[in-house]
Amino acid sequence: METLEQIKARIEVAIPGASATIIPNDSPSAQRSLLVDCGHGLAVAKFLRDDAELKLDYCSNATGVDWPEAELTEKFKVKQVVDGVEKEVEELKKTLRPGYLEAVYHLYSMAKKHGPVIIRLRTENRTDKNHLPSLTPVWRGCEFQEREIFDLYGIVFDGHPDLRRILMWDGFKDFPMRRDYVEPDDYEYEPTPHDDVLLKSKQHGEQESKV
Amino acid sequence: MDEGLKSELQKQGVFTTTLESLYNWGRLNSVWPLQFGLACCAIEMIATTMARYDLARFGAEVFRPSPRQADLMIVAGTVTKKMAPQVVRLYNQMGEPKYVIAMGACAISGGPFKQGYNVLKGIDRYIPVDVHIPGCPPRPEALIHAFMTLQQKISDQRLTGAQRPRHLNADAQSEFPVPKFGEHDLEPASNADVWSAPAFVR
Amino acid sequence: MSIVAEMPSKNFELLSKDGDGELLEIAMGPHHPSTHGVFRMDVVLDGERVVKLKPVFGYLHRNHEKIAEGTTYLGSMPYTDRLDYFCSLTNNWAYALAVEKLAGLQVPERAEYIRVITAELTRLQNHACLMGFLVQDMGASGTPLMYAFREREKILDLFESLTGARMMCNYMRFGGCRCDLPAGWLDGAKKVVAETPRFIDEFEALLAGNEILMARTQNVGAMSRELAINASITGPMLRAAGVNYDLRKVDRYGIYDRFQFKVPLGDHGDTYDRYMVRVLEMRETVKILEQALAGISDGPIIDPKAKLRGFRPKVGEAYGRIEAPKGELGFYLISDGGPNPYRYRVRPPSLINLTVLEDLCLGQLVADVVVILGSVDIVLGEVDR
Repeated sequence: METLEQIKARIEVAIPGASATIIPNDSPSAQRSLLVDCGHGLAVAKFLRDDAELKLDYCSNATGVDWPEAELTEKFKVKQVVDGVEKEVEELKKTLRPGYLEAVYHLYSMAKKHGPVIIRLRTENRTDKNHLPSLTPVWRGCEFQEREIFDLYGIVFDGHPDLRRILMWDGFKDFPMRRDYVEPDDYEYEPTPHDDVLLKSKQHGEQESKV
Repeated sequence: MDEGLKSELQKQGVFTTTLESLYNWGRLNSVWPLQFGLACCAIEMIATTMARYDLARFGAEVFRPSPRQADLMIVAGTVTKKMAPQVVRLYNQMGEPKYVIAMGACAISGGPFKQGYNVLKGIDRYIPVDVHIPGCPPRPEALIHAFMTLQQKISDQRLTGAQRPRHLNADAQSEFPVPKFGEHDLEPASNADVWSAPAFVR
Repeated sequence: MSIVAEMPSKNFELLSKDGDGELLEIAMGPHHPSTHGVFRMDVVLDGERVVKLKPVFGYLHRNHEKIAEGTTYLGSMPYTDRLDYFCSLTNNWAYALAVEKLAGLQVPERAEYIRVITAELTRLQNHACLMGFLVQDMGASGTPLMYAFREREKILDLFESLTGARMMCNYMRFGGCRCDLPAGWLDGAKKVVAETPRFIDEFEALLAGNEILMARTQNVGAMSRELAINASITGPMLRAAGVNYDLRKVDRYGIYDRFQFKVPLGDHGDTYDRYMVRVLEMRETVKILEQALAGISDGPIIDPKAKLRGFRPKVGEAYGRIEAPKGELGFYLISDGGPNPYRYRVRPPSLINLTVLEDLCLGQLVADVVVILGSVDIVLGEVDR
């Protein structure tokens, strides 16, 4: 199979205006992914499916990821002149990452038996600009998985044929897989609490002793 | 009747009994469960009815798909909040006398999935439970034990007096309110008539 | 009908608009003897023909993914048992494989053999039970299922002596397995495997040529190759439609490249093919088991680099997948360097195989819906998670 760089280059040639960024992956799995701008998401998906070389006809997995706003710290090595001698000094740089929601698609080819090519689509933010193009018209296998992402993460997929809640009931208002979701307090004391459970258990106990 | 006299008569080939024990004997040997599986425990429930464990020995092999024909609801598996109203409704649709076995950790308390936002922390929050079986999933032997416990409970029931079974007591409550789907949780989160939170012990 | 009336559903609003009054809307499930759990289908019938069918999920949504994000990597292993509760060992393997990819662990040879043996035994009992349930859905209540469970109990006894549990084995660990085989286990396994062909023969003699079974399954719920691929169908259901895609051959994960076996394929993609593909797959599984049981050698069963406590994989992500009995079971993990996964996702074959349920059922009789659903082979623990 072609490398991700080649695929990226061919996408940018084939679809004018499309931009793709390679997301690195330093873990031993080395499964890097391609961040596609959501304006051209559908066109890129069609290209990947129909391209004779790639023929990624099978979307194995589609899922959502929640990235809330976070302060990232990065270590930088900066050359500084200290007492006339040039030294490398480590500096911490803090950046504020804006929050966004992400949809990840794992693509394989059943015809050519290769893969995976991983593409990611990101929303602008987590509140009002949470729309992404639906890839269900390209791979029907995404239908239930995109509904699930909508249900649990609240990403609205434009062009999905039947977008409504799938796992929770229709009147449910929250998006429970988001990391800031607070679940209803229907908790009981647990005899062997630990970590978060301990905290929760204590809070619950205090509430009950007040009543 | 005096037990000594009863056994003496039995030796002479005269069998005596009370109407109450005959009535209960008949009931406890024909408890028909509802064919109703929720999750993993349902597979062990099916295994219990198969040849190796053979629940038919206890007169309970007739699993009825309709709640109207069933006497026993085996809540076999995790009750989710989305499923809880249906479970309560099925219970309400069963005719008296009716019994409930909560099979497995999930049906008792939410079990391993207790932390889940969509998991009901025990079916006893909405309906009364007669026998609890711990285990994840309980072995078929455990289900058989629970079944025998239930049979014992039926055979010990007095047909008259304040403790008489619900089907002989016109005032006893046999239907329970069905919870509604709310915006964040079930409404109400539990039925105060049948369940109250256990005391918090430090 | 009281259940229907009290359950507000968007399906019904959608459907009643174009219903002309002659159509009958029924809700099959969540309490239904043939939906294999708490699955619900909203079906619109014209006489006995299905004109619309919408599956409704979520009645067993146990928040597996959310719970997994709050617990350690190893802490999720017992939860994977409860995904597809017929096949806990293949679930263990898929999760272990994904974590091994994420953390770069190597599995020793003996552990790979044990994994293959337990996974293929799992496949045997899953397919046996599926056949029993499928035939029960057609009205042969009891007998075939009893035969299947007789076979299953033999395999469960093996699992119990190996792992301590009948169903929830929680056996595999990252980089190997939890414990070594007990003495005499291999002989017991060999005996069970040697008896299996006789069971399959018996089952086939009873059923494969049965007139009623053929009438109820042939040309019922047929699916085209193109639809199967586009809808991400995997497992025996895909191969019944004639697509040669078996991850044991494609990915060659574990040590599947060492074994000689064929991939059975169907021609029509109908219920009968889905049934027969599984029968043939059981025969191939027996072949794999015979080779694996003959080839297993002594050695360590876990990667010495694998840490059970304080396990923190590097920042990154990994997607690992295996050929589970129901289809492609994948785990997608994102690590942020902490002890818990940042994102933990199960790719459930049962859920995705249901994408085409409506296509398969349209125009069929309502009695065939349960048979088609049975041939899809779903387990609700995995569909809803």
